[in-house]
Amino acid sequence: MARPDARWSARALEAAVWIAPAIVAGMFLWLLGDLLARGVAAFLPREADAFDFGAAIELGRNIVAFLTSAPERAGRGGGIAPILVSTGLILAVCIAAALPFGLGTALFLSEFVPLRSRFGTLVRRSLDVLAGVPSIVFGLFGNALFCRLLGLRFSILSGGLTLACMVLPLLIRTAEESFRAVPISQRHAAAAAGFSQWSTVFRIVLPQAAPGLVAGLILGIGRALAETAALIFTSGYVDRMPGSLLDSGRALSIHIYDLSMNVPGGNAHAYASALVLIVLLVLINAAARWSTMRLLHGQERRA
Amino acid sequence: MIDLDRRDRTGRSADEANAAAALSVTGLTVRYGESIALRDVTLDFPARSITAVIGPSGCGKTTLLSCLNRLTDLIPSCRVEGQVRLGDTAIHDSRTDVVALRRRVGMIFQRPTPFPFSIRRNLELPLREHGGLDKTEIAARIEQTLREIGLWDEVRDRLDRPAPTLSGGQQQRLCLARALALRPEVILLDEPCGALDPISAGVVEDLILNLRERYTIVIVTHNLGQAKRLADRVALLWSDGRGGTLIEHGSTAQVFDAPRDELTAAYVSGRLG
Repeated sequence: MARPDARWSARALEAAVWIAPAIVAGMFLWLLGDLLARGVAAFLPREADAFDFGAAIELGRNIVAFLTSAPERAGRGGGIAPILVSTGLILAVCIAAALPFGLGTALFLSEFVPLRSRFGTLVRRSLDVLAGVPSIVFGLFGNALFCRLLGLRFSILSGGLTLACMVLPLLIRTAEESFRAVPISQRHAAAAAGFSQWSTVFRIVLPQAAPGLVAGLILGIGRALAETAALIFTSGYVDRMPGSLLDSGRALSIHIYDLSMNVPGGNAHAYASALVLIVLLVLINAAARWSTMRLLHGQERRA
Repeated sequence: MIDLDRRDRTGRSADEANAAAALSVTGLTVRYGESIALRDVTLDFPARSITAVIGPSGCGKTTLLSCLNRLTDLIPSCRVEGQVRLGDTAIHDSRTDVVALRRRVGMIFQRPTPFPFSIRRNLELPLREHGGLDKTEIAARIEQTLREIGLWDEVRDRLDRPAPTLSGGQQQRLCLARALALRPEVILLDEPCGALDPISAGVVEDLILNLRERYTIVIVTHNLGQAKRLADRVALLWSDGRGGTLIEHGSTAQVFDAPRDELTAAYVSGRLG
């Protein structure tokens, strides 16, 4: 009599193993479908009875207009051009600040201090704690340090630097892992072939770690692009076209937040903006994959 | 019983003092943290000949080898005492330019360690690092070295393919070419055939024999047959658990056929180790 029981529990277990990922995939597809349907709906021509060729042209025109015009009536109308520019600038500041610090720290941790050294461990522990700090806390910290103490006020610069602080832990840990993944035998071989330590790092270790570095950078950019809380107190809400890095600028995620929470009748454009954000994330991911492949093959082909 | 504690044997003989010693090791003691890997080793490596360092695992063979190009620098806890000289250069003097030294002393490891780039780039990188050669000279040096190593005809059409796509034996020969491209004086081989199949191992052994006339070669090997086939001189290291010491050192024929030490006799006959 034990047999049917065993069979049942095995079946139940198997079902559970299938159901869990199905739910995960289902949630993602639901979210994506909902976003696509409502986002695209915002661009559909109002008067069209059927979706014919003319309507398709109109749809394309609406999308272009949305991407290239300024918001009107607090975002209910118009487009998101200044918001895209602000988002791009905030990201650029974030990468420009995070990349040198991130790579430098990762190189230091993997190449210049032993794995179990006290200082290295301290740095790693701090990074792990930082990685778990809620982004709103980074926002408050950024507000206190960059906006007030350094006098940058609500600006794209403050926002980008705050985001840099936030993605640094992620960037450093992934970069360190990719450096460490290069076998020690490669470093010995390079040393034995007369490479100085710096040449070993730049000519042997860095190229081999490049795919991992790009992956880490993409993760960081994804996180920065999706960040809202850390930007509320640092780069601000202003939805005008920024004139310089010291101007306040509204990031895409903040725009979505504001439209959906504070602006009655802003839902349609909130969905449209969210769709743009998702498409951007997908594009960045694709670009990263492509550049990783190029990097890998480039090493082999470069003469 | 065999007396394992022989620290007073220097292994230096009269005929050797006359031969030009390219590398000479005097009173070398190496520690990793608290533990001693090598204890008071004194040994000469004559120029243009092959010296095999033999002995059981953990007797300090590889440690001895990495003292000869200061690869010991890369191991944080490693401390080296004693003298190692390459011609007039005191290898472990802190004022010695270690990068320049390693260009004079090439090294091959047990597992082939090609860089995961193209075959051409594997040879090009160290040459560029070395400086002083222009593009055409580098290309010429690459071809010349690959011909020397007998790899040219096998790879001439695929110099831009990734080096890891080569077979194990070819990879090891590429590594040898990478070292030879810098025109070193000394070549250190750490069980160069240890990870190769017998046929590839045979090819590499033939190569090493061909290099003997031009280079000072030190080869670490587990394989007594290989030591016998290749080496002009043989040195036996032995560790009693308190650090490897030099047990015996002499011509290959003497060490294998008329060992002076009981331990050597036991090891070369396969009774011990």
